[in-house]
Amino acid sequence: MAKHETPLLDQLETGPWPSFVTDIKRQAETKPECWDILGILELSYEDRITHWKHGGIVGVFGYGGGIVGRYADVPEQFPGVEHFHTVRVAQPASKYYSTANLRQLMDLWEKHGSGMTNFHGSTGDIILLGTRTENLEPLFWDLTHDMGQDLGGSGSNLRTPANCVGQSRCEWACYDTEECCHHLTMHYQDEIHRPAFPYKFKFKFSGCPNDCVAAIARSDVAVIGTWRDDIQIDQAAVKEYVAGNYPANGGAHSDKDWGPFDIQKEVIDLCPTECMWMEGDELKIDNSECTRCMHCINVMPRALRPGLDKGASICVGAKAPILDGAQFSTLIIPFMKISKDNEFEELIDFIETIWDWWMEVGKNRERVGETMQRVGLPTFLSVMGVEPIPQHVKEPRSNPYVFWKEEEVEGGFERDIIEFRKRHAA
Amino acid sequence: MPTIEHNGSSFEVDEDGFLLNGDDFNADWVDYVKGVEGISEMTDEHQKVIDALQEYYKKNGIAPMVRILSKTTGFPLKRIYELFPSGPGKGACKMAGLPKPTGCV
Ligand code: HEM
Ligand code: SF4
Ligand code: SF4
Repeated sequence: MAKHETPLLDQLETGPWPSFVTDIKRQAETKPECWDILGILELSYEDRITHWKHGGIVGVFGYGGGIVGRYADVPEQFPGVEHFHTVRVAQPASKYYSTANLRQLMDLWEKHGSGMTNFHGSTGDIILLGTRTENLEPLFWDLTHDMGQDLGGSGSNLRTPANCVGQSRCEWACYDTEECCHHLTMHYQDEIHRPAFPYKFKFKFSGCPNDCVAAIARSDVAVIGTWRDDIQIDQAAVKEYVAGNYPANGGAHSDKDWGPFDIQKEVIDLCPTECMWMEGDELKIDNSECTRCMHCINVMPRALRPGLDKGASICVGAKAPILDGAQFSTLIIPFMKISKDNEFEELIDFIETIWDWWMEVGKNRERVGETMQRVGLPTFLSVMGVEPIPQHVKEPRSNPYVFWKEEEVEGGFERDIIEFRKRHAA
Repeated sequence: MPTIEHNGSSFEVDEDGFLLNGDDFNADWVDYVKGVEGISEMTDEHQKVIDALQEYYKKNGIAPMVRILSKTTGFPLKRIYELFPSGPGKGACKMAGLPKPTGCV
């Protein structure tokens, strides 16, 4: 029996897409407090305003984050969601699960919470949606003792890192994104659980420039796989594509008739640097001019592969608009070897150089991308001990407001006006 | 909003147990928070953190960044968590009577 009338939400049970309303109603059969989720949401649909109070500070002893406190502003009407805290649980790299693990986690959540979840939060965490303050420590106890799983991050700290599926099932992965993500997550447990930064900080790991985890847009440090030798070409497979025996783009466009595959039109003419051509029936690439955009490889996955000398580009500073405008990450290290053999030492050094500096100069609630804007890219590069190279910019500056260091200017900045007047009388 | 009675003092708090009015702060408040924030015994080190928070807040109208709290007290973050298991925000700021931390926590 419905506990609240929800005429507006009921409309969202129609249509082909899986309905979250239907799902919550099903859960409400065993967890009656879930009716209050629907009730408070229906009220928000009517009033067109949220009914959650501002903020909320709850947590577990030992950690400064991991749980997002939330209270209803109409608790008398909807006591089931008076407390409705969200628990972030660390997810496995790439989000591969066994049903045994998920069943155990759901049993825990049925016991300590609403049973409602978000699989997954945008940052990557498993999100357990809705529980009361007094359940937090018991849940955390069971999670750590029975399941060996931990909380994710929240607050001004290192948030939960995430990665693309990488080498587990993608032939383009230029390094082991899962191993790297897992290793750094374990290495930086302290930075994840106890906020010590001026503001939040995120890592993301993509195996190639397709960037399936959107590292370039959603992480303060984006590690994006690439290679620096030649694209591997299988000329026999190229012929199969040209003959129409292999579907372009792995058949991704097969729902519409785009005509027979035309390698000139679909690959060569679309290469952003125009570095490809056909010599008879052989495909040629001038790799020195290739920017490794992935287009040709994406179109002909059976014929073309990334090179053998693999690594990653490291970009820094992506953020959403608040405060001073949205930013993608900016290229800092064009190529870095990413290797488990040295425990990702080079990457860890790089990250810690950023932190040592940003923790000192970063202002309160200033993302590292904003700190970089404030001090300027040249200053950031010198902090990082990185020599400026043309690859650091899309184009050189057009304004002439160039700062020079005093030691770069012959004679320095100390000048005597009297000396000057001897040559130029006023 | 709930009211908390402790040792004869009464305090108006929000649902997270933060003081609504910083002027209500007194020794009873410290004693009460000690009980709910997992602190077995108050030491000079606890007091030093509380004093640093209050002084900074009085002067600047905001709570200090974690790094500044560590600098002024000389306690690394690890020590602050040993003193206040819920951390500088939920533990120490609450005990010092500062307003609840806000933002994307
Ligand atoms: C050798 C002589 C001069 C030099 C080297 C010089 C240089 C400059 C420079 C560097 C600026 C700043 C531009 C900017 O920040 O956008 C400026 C602005 C300005 N100058 Fe000159 N200036 C000279 C002579 C004069 C004279 C003779 C006048 C007026 C009679 C004048 C009026 C102005 C004004 C009004 C501005 C402000 C323009 C604005 O804010 O858009 N300048 N000048
Ligand atoms: S980012 Fe590249 S390597 Fe990773 S899953 Fe996507 S295509 Fe594959
Ligand atoms: S990866 Fe991109 S730039 Fe390089 S050859 Fe292929 S299409 Fe051209």
